[in-house]
Amino acid sequence: MEYILIIIGAVFVNNIVLAQFLGICPYMGVSSKVSTSVGMSGAVMFVMTLATVVTYLIYNYILVPFGVTYLQTISYILVISSLVQMVEIILKKVSPALFQALGIFLPLITTNCAVLGVAILTVQKEFNLLEGVVFAIANAIGFALAILLFAGIREHLDLMGVPKGMQGAPVALVVAGILALAFMGFAGLV
Amino acid sequence: MSQLKNFTKGFIKENPVFVLLLGLCPALGVTTSAFNGLGMGLATTFVLVSSNSVVSLIKNQIPDKVRIPSFIVIIASFVTIVQLVMEAFLPDLFAALGLFIPLIVVNCVVLGRAEAFASKKDFKSSLIDGLGMGLGFAFALTLLGAVRELLGSGAIFGFSFIQGDGMLVFVLAPGAFIGLGYLIALLNMIKKTE
Repeated sequence: MEYILIIIGAVFVNNIVLAQFLGICPYMGVSSKVSTSVGMSGAVMFVMTLATVVTYLIYNYILVPFGVTYLQTISYILVISSLVQMVEIILKKVSPALFQALGIFLPLITTNCAVLGVAILTVQKEFNLLEGVVFAIANAIGFALAILLFAGIREHLDLMGVPKGMQGAPVALVVAGILALAFMGFAGLV
Repeated sequence: MSQLKNFTKGFIKENPVFVLLLGLCPALGVTTSAFNGLGMGLATTFVLVSSNSVVSLIKNQIPDKVRIPSFIVIIASFVTIVQLVMEAFLPDLFAALGLFIPLIVVNCVVLGRAEAFASKKDFKSSLIDGLGMGLGFAFALTLLGAVRELLGSGAIFGFSFIQGDGMLVFVLAPGAFIGLGYLIALLNMIKKTE
């Protein structure tokens, strides 16, 4: 039951993009086509889950015992960026097909604040390892849901007559705002 | 390029938020009030100025292959300094900005300037570029924060202008997207008429 609450909370109520404003850069950047959004969502889910596990272990077994929790930011970002590099290298060797699909999105993920954000939130919310993993996967699903909805709308938006000043980023932001408004309907669910 | 032009380009012409669309996460996340926007903007400015200066000073010592991780470590050190100082002296602001302080590390503006500008230019231009870009970022966040605060609660910097409740939606998440969208549209219009 507890896990179901975590999942519903992270996917709908506190959606990582539309309510917490994490991962806006890829959200705006790669959402012009549905197919690229699918690739980005897959890469985010993969890295986010791995990163949460690794940073959880580092926090609880290295930073806390040595009393250096103020190094959290530095160690997390180092771990995440090297993790992304490692995943890229391993994927290239083990599964070229998956690498083809996710390849170009992986380097972008290092600067995706959603990954670092979820890793820090896991510590802040004092989850245990399993809860942290569930939380990370749920957040990745939330990201996928938000970006897929958004990409679907943007594909249609290309065919519409948008006023000149609103073309491009402004209209996309307003659409995201309306999506966020819709997601506010889930508030109070958990 | 003259240093003055180098300094002022961050405000309108190459404004990181309005024109380059970088660093949108903090721009949307913390701008519930003008004060929060200003605080976040100044914190980012400090990190940007410091990291730009350090990167331009040691750019010749860093091997090309590991330059991105080295930049990230430099940035993360300054972010940690901001985090600790703010927690000690401005606990209220620290609580309001919350998660977004450590997330300055992954703010594309900071890494972007280190990679695109400071790793190629001399110390003085890098410092001025960092200051200009940082203040441009702070300007954008303060403006967005002021607009949201005014529409949402009828006040700017806590000083009330309009009586009544205001539109709550502008303080909540959707107002951030919609407010920024219309601000950019407005800026585009002004640019076109010039």
